[in-house]
Amino acid sequence: MSRGRTELTNMVTLMEVAQNFYDLIETTCRDLYIQSLKEIPPDVVEAIKRAAARETKEVAKRIFSHYLRSIELGQKENMMVCQDTGIPIYWVEIGGNMRFDGAKLTQAIVRGTERATREHPLRSSIVAPLTRENRQTSTGEGIPIIHYDFVADSDEIDILFMPKGSGSENMSFMKMLVPADGVNGIKKFVLENVVGAGAKPCPPMVVGVGIGGSSDLCMTLAKKATTRPVGSKNPDPKIAAIEQELFDAINSTGIGPQGLGGDTTALGVHIESAWTHITCNPVAVNIQCWRAERRRARISMDGQVKIGF
Amino acid sequence: MAEFRFKTPLTESDVRQLRVGDSVLLDGVIFGVRDGNLIRVFDKKVAPPCDWKGAALLHTAPNVKKVDGKYVPVCVGTTTSMRMDRFTEGLLRDYGVRAILGKGGMSLRTAELMKQYGAVYLSVTGGAAAMETLQIEEIEQVFWEDLMPECIWQFRFKGFGPLTVGIDAHGGNLQMDVQAQANSKAAELMKKMGLV
Repeated sequence: MSRGRTELTNMVTLMEVAQNFYDLIETTCRDLYIQSLKEIPPDVVEAIKRAAARETKEVAKRIFSHYLRSIELGQKENMMVCQDTGIPIYWVEIGGNMRFDGAKLTQAIVRGTERATREHPLRSSIVAPLTRENRQTSTGEGIPIIHYDFVADSDEIDILFMPKGSGSENMSFMKMLVPADGVNGIKKFVLENVVGAGAKPCPPMVVGVGIGGSSDLCMTLAKKATTRPVGSKNPDPKIAAIEQELFDAINSTGIGPQGLGGDTTALGVHIESAWTHITCNPVAVNIQCWRAERRRARISMDGQVKIGF
Repeated sequence: MAEFRFKTPLTESDVRQLRVGDSVLLDGVIFGVRDGNLIRVFDKKVAPPCDWKGAALLHTAPNVKKVDGKYVPVCVGTTTSMRMDRFTEGLLRDYGVRAILGKGGMSLRTAELMKQYGAVYLSVTGGAAAMETLQIEEIEQVFWEDLMPECIWQFRFKGFGPLTVGIDAHGGNLQMDVQAQANSKAAELMKKMGLV
């Protein structure tokens, strides 16, 4: 009976990872939070520039000039582009070849979030839901939100950070449609809710859509979809076609930047999917504002950090 | 679309000149308010510690730091106004507010109240906080610091804007007009796409 256990123990290579690995995660997460608020991802900047160039309405042109000026101030003057420090969310992919203490990794990410808030300083936007207590650390029960995933044959840890702004987060929608509602039910749900959100999520927006899964997975897929580079397509051509159809429909509504009327309402519509139960047809919508902030770090065990988006 | 520049506090004749789509620059004191402090004023019935007669109120909670015991702006931007929509009547009727500044628009009811009392909604460009921050000269006073960051902030701005008149004092409501057009366009599209 004990034989199996013994073999298992022998297979594990026990190794103590140096504290400075966790320290590096901590400072990297701090820097990701701060810099994500200052440097808008290049694909988003290009999408805003294209939208500004083809805009025909005077008020909308003025709004786009404010967006571009603020993007520039972020880059050149190292200023935060928006005041909303958001809900801190980390998407962490751990290379299968890595060996370290996962609990210590989580602690390092939390400490990095707190340090960004204190050291910059940033507005702590996180409160207890009932008492509205604010610890002034951007953290609390369940916050930061950390999603873990694993990648085979990789020697890196990939951390994608998003400071999820609340104007757009408050425009989140989920419904357990039934199979008889079909694909048309999904399209109708997305259109109704995105158009209904109107000016509130700071358009032009990135629309994330989740289809399939359980209710919680569906919502997570919708949020994950907003982290894709703006305008990227789902590799499944059937899904990509729906992305394009919804994108064209949303952009013909005339909501425009800040909902003041204009030619561009969505910068992208991204759909992510998972399989689901025979009785289910779940759909979820999560929206990113025009800045669609995200920032990525790839860290290897030898301490190299590569920054990207 | 005309262009205007006013110094706060505002008078009724100032705001009655404005029409939706006009562009406005503001100078002088502007108070930062939002969910937490307006809940205290209206739901917990605590009188605001400052005079809002003719005031311009901005929907915000800023990023600040303390330098030599005084708050200075790090990043000040604008939040979604619709969450504070139910406080409009009290602000206009009881406190004499003349302008609400925010993003995302306010309701048809707010537009009726603004016509009745003589007030406007000025749309700030949401998310473009870096630009807004540079237009602040000073944080003059901070009230209710226990609500940090949802205190009442007394900012002094120079050339805040250009802001877009979203709701005028004549019943106009630009964002709601755009929304109504978008709704009918969406209904038409959904029919064409075979969704309804």
